[in-house]
Amino acid sequence: MDFLIFKAPMLMVQASLDGILLGILFALIAYGMALQWGVMNIINIAQGDLVILGGYIAYTMYLAGIHPAWGVIVSPIIMFFVGWALYKLVINKVVDRDLFISILATFGIAIVFQQLMNFIFGADVVVAQSEYGTTMLFDNSVTLPNSKIFSAFISVLYAVALVIYMKKSRLGRAIRATAQNARAAKILGVDTEKVYAATFGINAALCGIAGALISITLTLHPYVGLPYTVRSFMIVIVAGLGNLPAVAVSGMGLGLFEEFADYILGTEFRIGAVFLLLVLILVYRRFKLSKKREYLK
Amino acid sequence: MNKVKQKDLILYSGLIILGLAAPYLFSAFKVQLTYLCVLIVLAMTWNLQGGEMGYNTFGNILFYGLGMYLTASVQVGMFFPLAEWTESGGEKTFVHTTAQYFQGIGVGLLVSAIVPAIVAGAIGYAILGLRGHYFAICTLGLGIAAGEIAGGIEIIGAGQGFTTPPFPAEIVDTEARGKFFYFLSFALLIGTFVFVKYIYGSRFRLILNAIRDNEDKAEAMGIQTMKYKIVGWMCSAFFCGLAGGIMGGLIGYIDSTDVAFDGREMGVFMVLMAILGGKGTLWGPVIGATLFHFFKEGLWTLILGWQYVALGVLIVVIVVYFPEGLMGWLREKYPERFGEVIDDKDRKAQVELK
Repeated sequence: MDFLIFKAPMLMVQASLDGILLGILFALIAYGMALQWGVMNIINIAQGDLVILGGYIAYTMYLAGIHPAWGVIVSPIIMFFVGWALYKLVINKVVDRDLFISILATFGIAIVFQQLMNFIFGADVVVAQSEYGTTMLFDNSVTLPNSKIFSAFISVLYAVALVIYMKKSRLGRAIRATAQNARAAKILGVDTEKVYAATFGINAALCGIAGALISITLTLHPYVGLPYTVRSFMIVIVAGLGNLPAVAVSGMGLGLFEEFADYILGTEFRIGAVFLLLVLILVYRRFKLSKKREYLK
Repeated sequence: MNKVKQKDLILYSGLIILGLAAPYLFSAFKVQLTYLCVLIVLAMTWNLQGGEMGYNTFGNILFYGLGMYLTASVQVGMFFPLAEWTESGGEKTFVHTTAQYFQGIGVGLLVSAIVPAIVAGAIGYAILGLRGHYFAICTLGLGIAAGEIAGGIEIIGAGQGFTTPPFPAEIVDTEARGKFFYFLSFALLIGTFVFVKYIYGSRFRLILNAIRDNEDKAEAMGIQTMKYKIVGWMCSAFFCGLAGGIMGGLIGYIDSTDVAFDGREMGVFMVLMAILGGKGTLWGPVIGATLFHFFKEGLWTLILGWQYVALGVLIVVIVVYFPEGLMGWLREKYPERFGEVIDDKDRKAQVELK
């Protein structure tokens, strides 16, 4: 093995820390995807583009002279209404239909979003400077941007807040009831239409938070939405719907995988590795399930 | 029966004559016509998966891109060192003679048909076991992964792209290049159409439909579904690879994510065209592709810069409001013309029910 990462243990620590902090961010996006998938039975290909849009909101604030970290409060609010509007315009027509219809429809939305963002914000790679500095660990051999620590902290904060909200509040209960059985919930007086809209809005708001955090930790570009969609999809199928601790763990696992793939395969193969991992996970899952089917025989 | 056949004969011979005459009639639009042929081929082969088998794939772009790279690589690699060609400006140092060019493209197309089919067969067992949306997302990932990986491989040009061999300069006729690629793609179109039409009349199609309607039941009836799924996918891959090879030669330049594994354009187009025309019908994809191409060429220039927004909106509108496509709509309106007999009694009963 002639890879740099195996020779320098400090690089290993660096990659692990980076990966875990990044993974927490991915888990936040995946949580939104699990929510809408579980409640509305929709796979949203535009998930990643909602993230990027949220990031551009924070970036716009940065350009206007406001510290981009405030984006984690402003961006979800705006994105909630974007999500709500999106639901009312398109998603409500595909909720009860075939899943492929929802995939294609959100694919169309993703293309529109990408192009509009390209017009408004330009095709350059941008980053909002948080100027949080970096933390040096282990004799300056591991550098950790404070913005990454900040983003992981905020992600956990929001995730915990959302879990409590889903458990305690009236809307949260209605959402969970609809996820269990939409028809029964409707009979018992839950306005499912409103629940769906709120779910999609909350999902978009989560994307907004994640986007704002990405704008200060990573980079933004109008066309990098799809990898985020695929990452969150991957996390959800590994973790299962409605299993939040598993989502967090598999998010971190994905983050670790990516950082290590980055060092071992090279940065140019990073996105390719993510998509390949998706294929491998799905194929693995297919063989596991088919084994189960044979047992039943 | 005989009468219908005669009608068909007139229709087909008319279309073939039109196809053969098209490059002379619309001599300025040869490239567009070539595109149209390739688009129809892609839509028809997608329809075999998405429409007939019920496996909505985004991954046929994989075979298209593979075919494109293979044709160009073989065409260059047969006569010159491939690595030096792609390194920088190889097309200036090495020049194909006329014979070499046509030999190369012939062998290249052959390879680009066979290898994708083999690839489809090899990955088919793993991938086609996935159902529904898992399959859709998996194939989406496959197409994009292929693009990203091809963009990192040095010998086929990596990120800076791959210039396919230019048309031999010894041929003086300026029209020759356009005509050559047009007739190549037209031949491919006829081949694909004949093949798909043959499938439509065969037991194979019934099996594919059975898989679409209820795979578990089909399996329970004793059909080896996996075998047929893989064969179906291999057929698609065969024609997609050929289409890719022709397009590579026509465009003259291969980029990993923008031309070859172009999931954002071609990959979506083929799905959209098949759905627009009506999936699960023989003529649907043909009509859908033709309409889409006219729409695209007519409107793209008018709304320059906004074309992708229009494309996205078009996808949403078609998918949400016309999931059955044009043929589905016609079928609902004029069921008699599709050979569906509706009793007057039935119709009356339905009216009464309403």
